[in-house]
Amino acid sequence: MILSVDGVEFSYNSRPVLRDIKFEVNRGEFFAILGNNGAGKSTLLKCLNTILKPQTGTILIEKENLFVLSRREVARRLGYVAQRYESTRFTVFDAVLLGRKPHIKWGTTARDLEIVRNVLGILGLDEFSLRYLDELSGGELQKVVIARALAQEPRVLLLDEPTSNLDLKNQFEVLKTVKRAVREQNIAAVVVMHDLNLALRFADKFLLLKNRTIFACGGMEVMTPENIAGVYGVPVAVERLANIPVIVPL
Amino acid sequence: MGQLAMENIPRSYLRYTRRKIFIIYLLVLLTALLGIYAINAGSAELSPAQVLLTLLGKAEGRLNIIIWNIRLPRILAAVTAGIGLSVAGCVMQNLLRNPLASPFTLGISQGAAFGAAVAIIALGAGSTHSTSADAVIINNPYLVTISAFVGAMATTLVVLFLAQVRGVTPEAMVLAGVALGSLFSAATIILQFFASDVQVASIVFWTFGDIGRASWRDLEIMAAVTGAALLYFMVNRWNYNALDGGEETAKGLGVDVERIRLTGMFVASLVTAVTVSFLGIIGFIGLVGPHMMRRVLGGDHRFLIPASSVMGGLLLLASDTLARTIVSPVVLPVGAITSFMGAPLFLYLLSRGYGKR
Ligand SMILES: Nc1ncnc2c1ncn2[C@@H]1O[C@H](COP(=O)(O)OP(=O)(O)O)[C@@H](O)[C@H]1O
Ligand SMILES: [Mg+2]
Repeated sequence: MILSVDGVEFSYNSRPVLRDIKFEVNRGEFFAILGNNGAGKSTLLKCLNTILKPQTGTILIEKENLFVLSRREVARRLGYVAQRYESTRFTVFDAVLLGRKPHIKWGTTARDLEIVRNVLGILGLDEFSLRYLDELSGGELQKVVIARALAQEPRVLLLDEPTSNLDLKNQFEVLKTVKRAVREQNIAAVVVMHDLNLALRFADKFLLLKNRTIFACGGMEVMTPENIAGVYGVPVAVERLANIPVIVPL
Repeated sequence: MGQLAMENIPRSYLRYTRRKIFIIYLLVLLTALLGIYAINAGSAELSPAQVLLTLLGKAEGRLNIIIWNIRLPRILAAVTAGIGLSVAGCVMQNLLRNPLASPFTLGISQGAAFGAAVAIIALGAGSTHSTSADAVIINNPYLVTISAFVGAMATTLVVLFLAQVRGVTPEAMVLAGVALGSLFSAATIILQFFASDVQVASIVFWTFGDIGRASWRDLEIMAAVTGAALLYFMVNRWNYNALDGGEETAKGLGVDVERIRLTGMFVASLVTAVTVSFLGIIGFIGLVGPHMMRRVLGGDHRFLIPASSVMGGLLLLASDTLARTIVSPVVLPVGAITSFMGAPLFLYLLSRGYGKR
């Protein structure tokens, strides 16, 4: 077990958004968070990264209490990619190098540059490396912020709708890269997803959020037509196509 | 080929960072050359040879006085103040996530000027006169600086409060800055009417700045504070880079955003206060310097902080030299020159900003 969440509750001012959240994420797991717009998925992810502080509950990362760690210590353990991000006048290389920030003491080392080069290569960004972010397309920019989180070398990756701006090919490439990183480095990824079929393809575990709390949580067995219809309010069928499970709205 | 391209990234990246460092050195060199020119230029005709002899300590009395007591402190004050105002603007733009921010546009300079005026006129830390040669005389620089800092911080706290309020646009924040700035400027002028003399000359000092006012002692205080601030900002350069990507991204990268913002604004206000205490209000350097360098070098604060500093020093030295020489022997207020440079840029940023949002 790498991440353990228990009894988490969160309200914005006095408006409750999350209650009674309890789940565990294991090493090597691709963990998908699913639910309607406004269900609280992004809020949950921000709580996991202590950007927001839950009013009650505990979160343990590798058995350490997340809330006693400093921001920097949290950043060494968890890499976070927000749903929205800004394009700035940074080159792609410098923007990804920023992912090394939690590890940098005064200056960058050869190892930092090597890690960045490596990540850029994996995500097919090397040809853009000296291009400014404000000269990239939305999809290219999205790959840059994911590359930054990978360069951070976290124990758990937190990604908020990481493929929303990507075309089909890049959606698969990015999720495959995340999946491979999770397997090879024996870490975990907690990914908010809006595309159910992509979630079925890549995720090992699923957490369905509804009415501010967990509707269901588990492996493939929770992705039943009843559960999905219950969460999204749309009747669906789960079929197999070329031996791949797909969800079809009816 | 793909393999080759990958091999080359660090090398081309290193070449690219070396280019940035080269540009910074180039600006330092330009500033030094302009400084030498500025020592020569002015109403008392000097030759470069005479200047050199004087700096080496081998000249007669009159030259010694002109160069050591008038020209050199003036040039060093211009460079130091330019560095301070420009780096303060650079950091404020980042911390408030507002491209229009600077000590002058947010009203922080005006707040500092009011604080300094209170110390000089009401608290007896100096005196003001109606001749431009000794418009403002500071006897107790520490009291003046502290009082200016209180004025600057008062404005800064209002700005920080506005920054916390959701949905305040950069333009709205600058509007608030204009209001605060006008208020403090008006208060400064009213204060002078309660002083013993009618001091028209000192009003110019407070509204457009006067670099010739700095003594060696003032210069030492300015340089010490500006140097310490520069060091503090450089230590935090990675934090500022992270903040450029947005508040949540910065937190995700381990930045304690609230603390960095508060301390950064505090230090930037201190630099502004020290500069304004001794030289009066000099507008737009904190806007022009960082924006020029952001265009040329990009937003990476590892290079942007030193580059903006040097550019600010160069700009203010150039403005002051122009102010001294353009209608010599009359010396124009330096703030008038920097406003001619800064106001168009400000309007451009404003129009572009509205288009983008
Ligand atoms: N900063 C905020 N202040 C107040 N309410 C918020 C804030 N951010 C989100 N909310 C509200 O919290 C709920 C959950 O939002 P969010 O976590 O972003 O949902 P999701 O990511 O699942 O679409 C929504 O009703 C949203 O309006
Ligand atoms: Mg969301």
